[in-house]
Amino acid sequence: MARDTGVRDAAIAGIGATPYYKRGETADKSITRLAGEAILAACADAGVSVTDVDGLAFYSLARAGYGEQMEAGELVETLGVRELKFSAALTGGGGGSAGAIGLARAAIVAGDASVVVTVMALQQRTRLGTVVASKAVTPVSSFVQPSGLAGPGHLMSLLARRHMHVYGTTRDAFAEIAISTRQNAVSRPKARYREPLTREQYFSARMIADPLCLYDFCLESEGAVAIVTTSLERARDLRQPPVPVVAAAHGGTREWGRAFSWFGMPDDATFASSGNKPIADRLYQRAGITARDIDVALIYDHFTPMVLMQLEDYGFCEKGEGGPFVLSGAIRYTPERKPGNIAVNTHGGQLSEAYVIGATHIVEGVEQLRGTAVNQVAGAELALVTGGPSAIPNSGLILGRDR
Amino acid sequence: MSTETLATALPADAVKIATDPSTEPFWQAARERRLVAPRCADCGTFRLPPSPFCPHCQSTAVDWTELSGRATVYTFTVVCGFPGLPDITLVPAVVDLPDAPGARLVTNVIDVDPADVSIGTELTVDFHPISDGWLLPVFRVADKEHA
Repeated sequence: MARDTGVRDAAIAGIGATPYYKRGETADKSITRLAGEAILAACADAGVSVTDVDGLAFYSLARAGYGEQMEAGELVETLGVRELKFSAALTGGGGGSAGAIGLARAAIVAGDASVVVTVMALQQRTRLGTVVASKAVTPVSSFVQPSGLAGPGHLMSLLARRHMHVYGTTRDAFAEIAISTRQNAVSRPKARYREPLTREQYFSARMIADPLCLYDFCLESEGAVAIVTTSLERARDLRQPPVPVVAAAHGGTREWGRAFSWFGMPDDATFASSGNKPIADRLYQRAGITARDIDVALIYDHFTPMVLMQLEDYGFCEKGEGGPFVLSGAIRYTPERKPGNIAVNTHGGQLSEAYVIGATHIVEGVEQLRGTAVNQVAGAELALVTGGPSAIPNSGLILGRDR
Repeated sequence: MSTETLATALPADAVKIATDPSTEPFWQAARERRLVAPRCADCGTFRLPPSPFCPHCQSTAVDWTELSGRATVYTFTVVCGFPGLPDITLVPAVVDLPDAPGARLVTNVIDVDPADVSIGTELTVDFHPISDGWLLPVFRVADKEHA
């Protein structure tokens, strides 16, 4: 077991979520209602009163999905929070999910706030699958939108095709990611899809943006997830075993930049990637560990090829080897860790449990380190949680077990 | 090759563009059926989409350079259906421009059976009508003898 040298000054003390719904099913609830349900559940889990919350660390610019805004003032007022002392959001979109916990930590370490909530509430009043087509055109989007790339999956199919061309990756690898993730959801009571997915089903599904078919896309779901972060010291006095933040990082390099609204990433190693390698390098350096020390990986899975490219960027295999790596069975969940393997998205991910813009991955990381996960990796000490891949910022988070 | 599966561009009324001072020369040239790209007037680096600064030297000075209209498929996808147009087939592509190295365009390959497109396919520019009288640069597979 690795002895990390991470920061371990803040910890996740509580997690909470609404049920997960199909697109359209939460139409009778406001964003504040959905977010509030998750926040109250997370506070109850932690054993803190919502009145003691004094910080909000959002991501995706506090947008609910890519549509409505979550208003800090409305949340504070309607939930009865006494005084807010920190309210900020990571820029960008889903790339900031894991990084929002780093933002919460920053507020706590700086002494600005002591009980910080991160929340994502997703309602698809605008269908995210075709969000590129439905947004009002801008001078910049005028260079992408006219081509008919209607949504994020369409954009990322272009990276997948290039990866296949350069590295010989096949659709079998994408199928394995969809099938293994579904397998993890089978035992999950809250998962939207609990029937095993077969190769036949995968290969007979309709193509949406060739080479991506229906099962390469995440679910169209709705719901809310909240996380309570506090100092490690305070977390030790609360209801749950603390889950310390070992390392958190967000950002990205110029070569990645706006990524899918640019497509100018100069070389194949960057273009056919998740843009997360600089984040991975910084995370491991800060934690004093390598990919080998990670016990369970919660990888942002909006589209199967982006899981494969993150496995490369986070060092679970060599660049370009993601296809053979997943096809070897290396990402399958087994209760005991096998050398060379890494259980991925043990909660069923966004492909099969629910898509709440990365927030469910943080919850699963916490449950794995508390030892209460449905698909528990025995003795898990370190969990990786990733955000994105999207335009900068992307982000990553390493969570640990208190010691 | 069957005509039903030929890829097209989105119909004119489904495509709008917006411009700003950095991008307008690109669209004004396209309206005259010319493909141009901004090249840094100080260090010679090409960039697309047009943007206020040269990412290499931070200069704001630009030479708008007329290109040959040749391009090569860097990557592409095949999209079946678009909101409101369930039967349309599109081949959105990212193309390299041999006479603007380092700059890429996101565009469509049109009038082609998607099965005939691959990475490396040589293309030539054409211009497709869109809303408000603008023209959109799109690409066709180049004649073999002219490629």
